[in-house]
Amino acid sequence: MPSFDFALLQQGQYHDWLISGLWVSLLLAGLTLVFALPLAVLVALLRISPLALLRWLGAAYVEGIRNVPLLAHLLFWYFGAPELLPEAARQWLYAGNIELASAVVALTLYTAAYMAEDIRSGIRAIPLVQFEAGRALGFGFLATMRRVILPQALRVTVPPLISQTLNLWKNTSIATVIGVAEMMYQAAKVESTSFRSVEAFAFATSAYLAVSLVITGLGAWYHHRYPVRTA
Amino acid sequence: MIELIQTYWVYFLVGQYPKGPLGGLALTVLLAGLALVLALPLGVALGLARVSPYRIIRWPVTALVFVVRGVPLLMVVFWAYFFLPSVTGVKTDQFGTMLIALVVFDGAYLAEIVRAGIRGVPKGQFESARSLGLSYAQTMRRVILPQALRHMLPSLVNQFVATIKETSLGYIIGLTEVSFIAAQINTQVFTRGAEVYLLLGLTYFVLCFGLSRFAFWLEQRMARRRDVQLPPQPLKASA
Repeated sequence: MPSFDFALLQQGQYHDWLISGLWVSLLLAGLTLVFALPLAVLVALLRISPLALLRWLGAAYVEGIRNVPLLAHLLFWYFGAPELLPEAARQWLYAGNIELASAVVALTLYTAAYMAEDIRSGIRAIPLVQFEAGRALGFGFLATMRRVILPQALRVTVPPLISQTLNLWKNTSIATVIGVAEMMYQAAKVESTSFRSVEAFAFATSAYLAVSLVITGLGAWYHHRYPVRTA
Repeated sequence: MIELIQTYWVYFLVGQYPKGPLGGLALTVLLAGLALVLALPLGVALGLARVSPYRIIRWPVTALVFVVRGVPLLMVVFWAYFFLPSVTGVKTDQFGTMLIALVVFDGAYLAEIVRAGIRGVPKGQFESARSLGLSYAQTMRRVILPQALRHMLPSLVNQFVATIKETSLGYIIGLTEVSFIAAQINTQVFTRGAEVYLLLGLTYFVLCFGLSRFAFWLEQRMARRRDVQLPPQPLKASA
């Protein structure tokens, strides 16, 4: 086995491929996070709604998504879903970056299902009397939410959301199956063109690990800075 | 859709089985089951090492667990796929590669479940076992682990669900599990991708949802049992 070639990772074409893969992975994770958070809040609200039908809808979404592997979601949104669209929309999609679009849709729906459950349990962790006490002290609904409920709920909700973000970061690697040019895809490309598999995979592994460590560190910092206070 | 199921259901369930290698849903379940069964002893060993009083054991294992949990499963699969043959000298097939990757990956995740289970057993149990004259190993084997593992049962079923979902990555290295078979069917019928992948999703859903309900039921049942086995009430002083 030839020795480890650092120069390969420091400059040249392979270096550029791997770095661009890292950027696409980060972009994929970032875009997904932006879309998934509001969707997750919406689903969490459905799950705690007073209407049984809405609650059922939220539950069906969460269970339906979580019990199917991400890979199957990606295959569906890339190979299956575009067929259901009208011809014009399909043309427009195929003209753009359909791989990235499908991956963002699949990852968003998948991640939101997990985040919704974390948000739901965060809201439920705050006793109802906190809300009643806020109202009794003369705060309006919004003021109660902003000054009493949310500051407490955030402390409970943010740490699990950060660990879901870590899962999201790792899940972006699966987008390689539909040909999104993210890090895993680029590493495999470098491997197959240069046969420098150790270098390519070492780069990808350390990049995944580094970002994972940053996210984990962020979680630990938050937990330390804003510990959960029991009412 | 009915016609699609009628034509391909055998292929979907067992692949080319009697005439060729086993595939499809049967292979998915077999792979997940085997991976979990093999990962369990590894997880217990790693979990014990994580709570070991010896730093020389605890630190490398902690590092290993952190590394495996910090990278995607796909990364582990790729390392196994490209390096197992050069390290062992034996050409492993896709099934073996996927199995090894899953065992390593699940082992690291189970280690944390085991560690949490051990930490969940009250400290007094450990202290009383030691003061009764049991060694560290005996205490773990006869007192701590039996209690810790019982509490882990629902987590284990959930881990099985996760493993079933993880086997889908076999698709990427060409293992003929159920997602791969679905993709094959899709290339054969060509214009009905949405239906094929919807059926694939539905199959996973039935399997995984059923198992997670089972885990939930186990948890409820164990919670009820715990309620029944409350410590004996103090005797009422006779008047």
